[in-house]
This record gives sequence, structure tokens and C-alpha cells, in this order.
Amino acid sequence: MDRLLSNKWTIAAFVAPALLIFLGVVIVPLFITGYYSLFDYNGLSKMEFAGVENYKRLFTNDPLFLQSLKNMSILIFGSVFVQIPIAFLIANKLAKGVPGEKAFRTIYFIPVVIAATIIGKLFYYIFSADVGMVNALVRALGVPDFHFNWLTNPGTAFLCVAFAAIWQYIGYHMLILYAGIKSISTDYFEAAMIDGATGAKATWHVTVPLLAPVIKVCVVLAAVGSVKTYDIVVSMVGSGTHSGTQVPAILLWRNLFKGRLVGYGSAQAFFLVSVCLIMSYLINRMFKKSEENASMS
Amino acid sequence: MKIKQKPTHKTIIAITGLVLFAMVQLYPLYWLVMFSLKSNADILMSDNILGWPAVFQWQNYATVLSRSTIPRYLLNSAIYTGATVFIVGILTAMASYAVARMKWKISGIVLMVFVVGIMIPPHAALLPLFQVLEATHLRNVPYVGLTVVYVAFAIPMSMMILTSFFKAIPRELEEAALIDGCGIFGLFWRIMMPLIMPALATASIFTVMGAWNDLLMVQTFVDVNSYKTITVGVLDFVGVHSRKLGLIGAGLVTATVPVILIYMLFSEKIQQSLLEGAIKG
Repeated sequence: MDRLLSNKWTIAAFVAPALLIFLGVVIVPLFITGYYSLFDYNGLSKMEFAGVENYKRLFTNDPLFLQSLKNMSILIFGSVFVQIPIAFLIANKLAKGVPGEKAFRTIYFIPVVIAATIIGKLFYYIFSADVGMVNALVRALGVPDFHFNWLTNPGTAFLCVAFAAIWQYIGYHMLILYAGIKSISTDYFEAAMIDGATGAKATWHVTVPLLAPVIKVCVVLAAVGSVKTYDIVVSMVGSGTHSGTQVPAILLWRNLFKGRLVGYGSAQAFFLVSVCLIMSYLINRMFKKSEENASMS
Repeated sequence: MKIKQKPTHKTIIAITGLVLFAMVQLYPLYWLVMFSLKSNADILMSDNILGWPAVFQWQNYATVLSRSTIPRYLLNSAIYTGATVFIVGILTAMASYAVARMKWKISGIVLMVFVVGIMIPPHAALLPLFQVLEATHLRNVPYVGLTVVYVAFAIPMSMMILTSFFKAIPRELEEAALIDGCGIFGLFWRIMMPLIMPALATASIFTVMGAWNDLLMVQTFVDVNSYKTITVGVLDFVGVHSRKLGLIGAGLVTATVPVILIYMLFSEKIQQSLLEGAIKG
């Protein structure tokens, strides 16, 4: 049997199709993007080596990109410090056992399965000045003629996008945290109760530390998801740069496919890849440290 | 020792909170359905934005179904998604079997290469990929170019889920099959494939979500309208009919209904799968 399972040709026949497609479509293009990012290149002209000039320009000579990084940070901050805590509170209530537990879970998860493009259009109408749900609710609450234009006002436009993105995926984090809490042995809560910790105190001192590995999963998902955000922004406010709603993914797409700024757009793309990898590394390290601290105390 | 039952008034407060949050998640969708059944006059002239439709405009749906491109786009999405699920399923079942069960030195490294793919934002591959598909003339072959892209980007997650499943299958099964005279391909198709069906379903749910919900790839790689998918279809539809509000609502609802139906049928499996994938990733 070992001979059969270590035949080189068999192994190659099993692995090669998936590996070649994956390397050819994802990994090799990734490295080509990294290569392009070092050149001054518009896709047609001769490529001129530019070293790290494209990367320097990201931070010194491109206010649109800096604005997009700010928007990306809003998404990261909102998902980590608003979305996950809300999801945690709900998961914690739900996991302690309430009537209709399963029904609640199923309902909260509905927005997760709908395409972000459709959610974006839905919220475009929800925040619309004249036919929007939000303004109509405000008018119904007694402010006559309230027709605020949420999505063209630079102060509110991106916050509305962030709201929609956070709204859509609360259910996903809720489900992950819920399963995590369910898997904590009740022994811990019983021990805590003997020490006099119940309710919020038990949640803070027992649930949260024991849940740290699961919270870490949520934080990585939320952070990386925020960096990749594209669909919901395009659908809700378009890919234009007015109202300051652009995100990095939109800018680099425009540079690559509309602006013929291949070198520069590639630098933006490669920068995003690095942000994803560095962030997940840092989040993993931070949680490792806090786990070590917790086990020492 | 049993944990004491909490006082009931606390449970009532908890349930009230959970119901309120359920309304936050459901009300926008309910509002969209009502919106889709109204006429422009209803919405704009009588400022009926929150209430029931004055007269239910079912013809909005009739128009979407019979005289718009939404059904065609839904069909396209189904074709892309179906083809992607099928191809990814076979490719990654084979590759993960080799990685998890066969004996070769670099299997760990190969798995790592696949798994790193989960972290990479797809934007980073777009332009070179565009150039390759253009040079090989694959990009404009109906359905093929985009399916290849969807397949490639679905491979990492599927590999990860299937590999960990294969590792948990006992060796004895393979040994028995080989004593019975199965070759390696027979062993894989007749013994292993049926065994991994649950894991394959889990992995396929990720593949479906990726392909069905994608906007970036279809916008980048498909020029011909009749081969685009529902996400682009929705954006086009809203653009074309921007003055017919109820019709737009009906378009959005129609685009969403298939997904909601499938979710309602398999909600437990879908939740459990997306959970499993998240924890393993």
C-alpha cells in the first residue's frame, strides 16, 4: 500500500491540475504584479525601472490614496470595535439558551448570504434623500421636510457605507462567537460562580479570556475583509472619487484598467497584499501575548 | 451541581433585545419588498415611503421576469457557479487526497502554498491575469475565461477543508480496499469520494458564495453583456431604470430570492459550513 501511495506519477496526476491552475491564475500573476510595481509602465510603452518610486508616491503625492486608506481604517475600526462587540453581546445572550435560539440565529445570518452588491443598492435607497427609509423615519418622528442627502455629503457618505458593511456581517461574527461560547465547558462558569462571579462579571473574566482564540478569528476576518472591501462601495456610491468614498481596491482598479497606470496601480495592489499579511501576523502575535499573560496570572 | 435558572425577567429583557436586533436585520429587507410593490406616484407624490403600497403593483415583478435581463443574468450566475463548484470539487478532492494521504516530501509545503492563497486579495492578480487571458484568447470564450478565474480563487478554501477531512479518515479503509484489488483511482473514486461528500458540501458552500456574489472579476473580465452575472446585472438594471423605483425594488428582490430560498432550505448546513471554514482559516 505504501508503494501505491508514494508513486510519483500518481501523486503528480492527483495534485497537478489544481496546483497548476492555482499557480497560474493566482500566484504567478501576484509576482508579476510585484514586478510591475517597480516600473514606470502604462501597459504599452517601454517599461522603465523606477525602483521604489511608485511606493514613495503612494504616501507623498496621492491625497486620494491617503483618503482611501483613511476610509479603509474606518472600516477596520468599525468592524473590530463596533461589529464584533455587538456580535459578541448577541452571541453571549443567545448561547446561554433562550427560547427560539435557532430561529434568531437563522434570521441574523440572512444578510450574510446576500451579495454585497445587492446590499449596497438596498442601502443606497435606504439612505436616499427623497425616497429613503432613514429620512422617512426621521420625518415620521416629527422633523418635517427632512431630506438630508446622506450619500453625497462628504461628512456622512462613507460612514453610511461603513454602516451597511457592518450591518451585513454582524450575523457572521455572531455565529462564530456563538459556536465558540457553546464549546466552553460549563465547569468554568460553575467554578466562577463559586468564586462569586456571575452575569457581566463572569462574561468578562471567564467567557472573554476563554474565547480569545475565536475572537482572534473574527478580528482577522474583519480586518482582512475590510482591506478587500470593494463591491458594497461600488454598488452603493459608485467608483467615483467625489464625496471621498473611495477605498484602495477601487483606486487600484481604476489605475490598472482605466488610467493605464500599470506600475503605480500594481504598487497599490502589492501594498494591499502586504497590509493583509502584516495585519494577520500582528493580530496573531497580539493574541498570543495576551494568551500568555492570561495563563501566567 | 446545576446552574440555577436565571430569573425570568432577565430572560424577558434578553429576548426583547434579541427581537429588536432581529428587526434591525429584517426591516430593511421587508422595506425593500414593500418598496418593490409600489408605484412611483405612491412613493413620490403621496410620500408613502414606510407604509404598505396603496395598490400592490405586482406587474413590477411581471416586468422583471418577462421583459428584463435579470432572469438571463440569474441563469448565467447559475451556470458559472455550477461549473465552478463541479470543477473545484473534483480538482481539490484529488489534490487534497494526495496532500493528506500520499507519501511525498513536499506535501506540507504544497499545502501551505494553497492555504496562503486565502489571505491574498484578488486585486493583486487582476492585471497580469487579464493579460494572460487576453493573450490566450480565453477571456472572450463564453463562460470559460471567468469560470477559470472563479475555479482558481476557490481552490485554497476547498483544499483546506478537504485536507483536514481526509486526514481524519482511518487508514484501515484504504488497506481493505487495496486487498480487494482496487487500484489507486478505483480506491479514490469508489471509496474516498463517497466518504468525503459532507466535506465536499461544506467546501462547495464557500465556492458558491465566492462565485455567485462576485462583482470584481466579472466586471474586469467579461465585456459581453449576455455573459455577465447577476451582480453586474443588478447594477445595470438600476442604471437603466433609475426612474422607475418600484421596478428597481422588484429587480433587487428577484435577484435575491433564489439565494434566500436556498438558504431557507439548507440554513443549518450553510451556517455550520461557513463557521467551520472561518475557524479553520
